[in-house]
Amino acid sequence: MQLVLEKRAERSNTIALISPLIAIGLTIVTMVILFAILGKNPLLALHAYFIAPLTDSYSLQEIAVKATPLVMIAIGLSLCYLANAWNIGAEGQFLIGAVAGSWIAVKTQGTDAGVWALPAMLVLAAAAGALYALIPAICKVKFGASEILTSLMLVYVADLFLDYLVRGPWRDPHGFNFPTTAEFDPVATVPLLIEGGRLHLGSIIALLVVAGAAILLGRTIKGFEIRVVGAAPRAARFGGFNSNQLIILTFAVSGALAGLAGIIEVAGPVGHLQPGISPGYGFTAIIVAFLGRLNPLGILIAGLFLALTFIGGEQAQIAMKIPLDVTKVFQGILLFYVLACDSLILYRFKLVFPNRQVARGTH
Amino acid sequence: MRKSLLALAAGLLLAGSVSAASAADKLKVGFIYLGPVGDLGWTYQHELARQALVKELGDKIETTFLENVPEGPDAERSIEQLVRAGNKLIFTTSFGYMDPTLKVAKKYPNVHFEHATGYKRNPNMSTYSAKWYQGRYIQGLIAAKMSKSGVLGYIGSFPIPEVVSGINATILAAQTINPNIKVKIIWANTWFDPGKEADAAKALIDQGADVIMQHTDSPAAMQIASERGKLAFGQDSEMIKFGPKTQLTSILDTWGPYYIARVKAELDGTWKSEDSWGGLDSHMFAMAPYTNMPDDVKKIAEDAQAAITAGKLHPFKCPVVGQDGKPVECKGGANLDDGQILGMNFYVKGIDDKLPGK
Repeated sequence: MQLVLEKRAERSNTIALISPLIAIGLTIVTMVILFAILGKNPLLALHAYFIAPLTDSYSLQEIAVKATPLVMIAIGLSLCYLANAWNIGAEGQFLIGAVAGSWIAVKTQGTDAGVWALPAMLVLAAAAGALYALIPAICKVKFGASEILTSLMLVYVADLFLDYLVRGPWRDPHGFNFPTTAEFDPVATVPLLIEGGRLHLGSIIALLVVAGAAILLGRTIKGFEIRVVGAAPRAARFGGFNSNQLIILTFAVSGALAGLAGIIEVAGPVGHLQPGISPGYGFTAIIVAFLGRLNPLGILIAGLFLALTFIGGEQAQIAMKIPLDVTKVFQGILLFYVLACDSLILYRFKLVFPNRQVARGTH
Repeated sequence: MRKSLLALAAGLLLAGSVSAASAADKLKVGFIYLGPVGDLGWTYQHELARQALVKELGDKIETTFLENVPEGPDAERSIEQLVRAGNKLIFTTSFGYMDPTLKVAKKYPNVHFEHATGYKRNPNMSTYSAKWYQGRYIQGLIAAKMSKSGVLGYIGSFPIPEVVSGINATILAAQTINPNIKVKIIWANTWFDPGKEADAAKALIDQGADVIMQHTDSPAAMQIASERGKLAFGQDSEMIKFGPKTQLTSILDTWGPYYIARVKAELDGTWKSEDSWGGLDSHMFAMAPYTNMPDDVKKIAEDAQAAITAGKLHPFKCPVVGQDGKPVECKGGANLDDGQILGMNFYVKGIDDKLPGK
């Protein structure tokens, strides 16, 4: 007797819907075992991870703050991926957006710039992110260079450029040589929404982005083009859709969103430009995009869920003295199960009874 | 079955809340760590101090730490999480937590904060640091004595005053032994990255350095020096097991007594915002045993340590000459004053390099 994976004739829509749930279920079972081995009460640990952060306004706000950049970047990436354009460099576009927007904040420091400062920063950041993303897109379209490699390599360029600025020309003159700009003026910071918390305007912008993407993909010809080019390139060509033009477009949009997320993070929760403004948001967002099945609503949920594991992990560290590494193991296990369960959409388990049965039949 | 499971769950949750209630009478003390508790350097020393604190006052306090907290947008949240979990005294143990700590401190005036190595304070936020440059001075003497090539290798983290004053103290001391001593400096631009630190050590040795010193936190440089048969100084903690034939000494961060004193003050209700900057005399740091050196070098080191502890020897005794050949203004009478050292942003004469950003 053998257990084999057999390709399904058609993708199973039922499994597509329940596979994330199976994955979460399996993760929880695994974590319960892990907590028990660590000598922690599994129920209390799960409570700290999943329930406690959802029970007060502060933690909910923090989840939204953490999810905001992830969701914004992931929405842009999903457009690229749907159109078969592989933008891996959102991290770089995020950083360039942060740098471009910060330019206004740094140059107007202490001049009482007026209310135009923040909108100008947002626009400039989005434009810079889009332009930066266009480099790999144009290299792909004109020269056939792999956009996966070029976009990834540009991350390091952006990182070092930011590093140079905050160590050199933009360094806070009163910052004792530490690599950071001075704190931005109030007119150059993203306003907070709720007194006492950190929820900021950026979260609203992220929601608008989700809604915009849902409308684009569900209700417009452009969205249809994006999906067809990705799913059936030949059909798209017959349909007269220009896939090169779509690569340029989706890269530009995803770069703009990543850049916007960058300046919102810098002018919001951070308050100044410094190295390390992104704990890998641009890369984590790739996971969010796929966890959310490249669907805007799915991405919103996936982003919030991933944020929940960060906040919950921190609270578990405080409340239960569970090491941070367990949170990382937990996130890893979750992704592992999600990918594993996804294979069930296209494949199914089948028990096969080879040789022996066959042998009996023929003799 | 399901009912009994639910009951079990409820029971467990209740049990949890009961134990939490009995712990509520204890003072809660929180710690934010930059690295993992097992970094064997900076964070490890804070963790050792926390353990010493628990040993001393464990019946009156409950401690919690968050490790691996990056000095970015997450820091503010991590600090606030500790506040919200009921911690009344919170130690944030890296320079980069300065602004996040200040933000949270302003938001929670009834919670007390202790920020390591920073310069911004608030009525409920103290700062504390150590005069490591005193230890660097002793290391400079040893290094100049032990180096055959006359070239020292120095791994810097960030060009902030704490690090720059360490480099200057080292060179000023080394010049008293060998006026032509050279130093090669590599900026790792990180506090903790064993890979980068090891690469820097390799590069320095390739440039002719035979004594390696570092202002980064991992034992990686010690291991490389050991592999290549060179000498090195540990950093933050005892690193002799990574180079039994390599380590000359190490500056040991000994935060324990300070933490205990501050927590006692909090328990007594006498805590107030202060700036503590302790040297060898106040035991804010200590020197590891002087090893792998002849007795005469050991004697020089011990004599210098005694003189500094007694206040008879100051590493920044005037005149301190800058790279431009001009003596630096002497604000402290016989030596540079604390403000000049805390804001040190120049190299002394004899360093053949340019301070980044100058």
